[in-house]
Amino acid sequence: MSIARTLTAGRRPRLDPVNQPPRGRRPGVGRPVWEEPPSPVGQGVKGLVLATMVLAVIFPLWSVLVTSLASRETINATGGMVVIPREIDLSAYVNIFSGGQISRAVWVSTLVTVVGTTFSLVLTVLAAYGLSRKDSLAHRPLLFLFLLTFLIYPGMVPSYLVVTGLGLKNSLWALILPTAISVFNLVVIRAFFMNVPAELIDAARIDGAGEFRILWRIMLPLSRAVIAVVGLFYAVGYWNAYFNAVLYIDDNDKWPIQRVLQSYILAGQSPSVTGAPVNIPGVTAYPPTLAVKMAVVVITVLPAVVIFPFVQRHFTKGVITGAIKG
Amino acid sequence: MTSVETSVTAGSGDDRSRRSPDQPTPDGDRRSRRTPDGRRTRRRTVPLRARLRRDWPLLAMAAPAALLLLVFHYLPTLGNVIAFQDYNPWVGDNAFEAFVYSEWIGFGNFETLFRDPGFWDAVVNTLTITAFQLVFFFPLPILLAILLHSIMSTRVRGFIQSVVYLPHFFSWVLVVTFFMQMLGGAGLLAQRMRDAGLDPLNVMGNPDTFIVLVTAESVWKDVGWGAIIFLAALSAIDQNLYEAAAADGAGRWRRLWHITLPGLRPVIVLLLILRLGDALTVGFEQFILQREAVGRQAAEVLDTYVYYQAIIPQQWGMGAAAGLFKGVIGLVLIIAANKFAHRLGEQGVYSR
Repeated sequence: MSIARTLTAGRRPRLDPVNQPPRGRRPGVGRPVWEEPPSPVGQGVKGLVLATMVLAVIFPLWSVLVTSLASRETINATGGMVVIPREIDLSAYVNIFSGGQISRAVWVSTLVTVVGTTFSLVLTVLAAYGLSRKDSLAHRPLLFLFLLTFLIYPGMVPSYLVVTGLGLKNSLWALILPTAISVFNLVVIRAFFMNVPAELIDAARIDGAGEFRILWRIMLPLSRAVIAVVGLFYAVGYWNAYFNAVLYIDDNDKWPIQRVLQSYILAGQSPSVTGAPVNIPGVTAYPPTLAVKMAVVVITVLPAVVIFPFVQRHFTKGVITGAIKG
Repeated sequence: MTSVETSVTAGSGDDRSRRSPDQPTPDGDRRSRRTPDGRRTRRRTVPLRARLRRDWPLLAMAAPAALLLLVFHYLPTLGNVIAFQDYNPWVGDNAFEAFVYSEWIGFGNFETLFRDPGFWDAVVNTLTITAFQLVFFFPLPILLAILLHSIMSTRVRGFIQSVVYLPHFFSWVLVVTFFMQMLGGAGLLAQRMRDAGLDPLNVMGNPDTFIVLVTAESVWKDVGWGAIIFLAALSAIDQNLYEAAAADGAGRWRRLWHITLPGLRPVIVLLLILRLGDALTVGFEQFILQREAVGRQAAEVLDTYVYYQAIIPQQWGMGAAAGLFKGVIGLVLIIAANKFAHRLGEQGVYSR
């Protein structure tokens, strides 16, 4: 173990080719001498386009947030969505978290996201490592089994029959198991593992490390970035799970937040959006105010917006390599 | 099988064979496995049992994921045979017995399906939306990537990138909600128009402009995310090419045309192939969420058709037939597009 440990000890060594300085123009270094100076018109158009795009994303988020914090009077005065905040009124959030359907849905979604992400990450990392050795037994047929899923579409009806046939109807596992393995994510992680120098692994093996120890002590520390990104992908997938909930979860008490958002907000506006009967115990008694609706939207957006900045810097590093190779 | 395998490793520049210490190949040279007359010799020197003893941890690691795929991907794939049955889930004690006891009816389900005008409406809708998005959505990430790449300041660029990536992580329910709150009948735009004494515009419930709305939503959600892969391809282009072109007197646009776009071509072709393979998939939640607001004739795509015509009324055989139709067409399309890309000298999704 000692050689390998020395190699990985301390600061992270520059091993993966991805982290080497980029070829080509380094951003921030400036305009090369041969390039002509920018035209004011071109710059203006460019700025306008990009500013529009940024606004198009930020403005709805802003407006929803402000409306969720507005009082009933402000909402009535503006006739609906609020753009300019006047005061901060947390009653909508108090209303939501005082129990009932939405609190339950937040809990269900959190549970599914945490359990599902852990489950998926563990299985994906294990499989990615298991498939990362090119000369191992049955490597090619196994890899083929995984990659073939890209080309084959199993179909909604047989999938539905399998999931319900396994007795997963109305079980939260129906939101986790069918989507637990993303072969794309697996290929991304595998590509990273394959870029770890063979010498490092050989050294560890000479020191007596088994496969599990190599994975835990060498592979994982070296590919933290990509695993964080893949973890985010899985987490987002679980948090956003909507359609599987429509298919498999009939029980209102087990609805995840997206399902509640849909029936509560979207269907609330045009009563029959799903075609499924909408019946939310404890909430139907008093019609939700716009502020409460927007508060649900804010809660649904929140995890993505909060986690995103921490993982975002790894995107280009982590994902592109895998994406291009995959 | 070799073909799919190469796609993953192609371009990784990683052709080292990884020896493990107990593998008795002193030189470790893979090529020495074949004698000049082509017979394999070396490989046999590691007997299966030794390889199993060496590699069982790897196999054990891959096993759980493989098992999940077998159950939730390959089992349903095999389950498609009920497309040729009059599948009745109640004839046995469980799903498997129901399958065994159900009656085989050949292509009956397909006949019913192909005689249903609703099915063809869904196919036409799907293909129209695919074609529309191919023209009005597909080029946008490329343009955005070029635009972003031309920004010198790392900070500004990083900020814009973060903002435009963000909606990709929102669910369709959220995206539709945002559009509803901004552009819907009770949304911000209608509200302002009413205040200004105008007739409010309801974009969300208009079947005639539905295709534009759907594309706008897709653009809002995914244009930034789609640009990532092009950004990577852009930064891989050799900068000396630009300098040489500039020295030869090529202006900004000529450099764009003769260097940037050819540099992006492999990625563009790859994504086009993938898009074509998915021609019958346009996104599911987006349509199911808005289907009632604009009506069936505009928003029924293949996936929603299967849901409403097969899963809700439990017409299993017919739904499986529709799914099989979609899967087979998709497979054929992707293989054909890939062949075509090879013909053009591109690498495509997988090489031969």
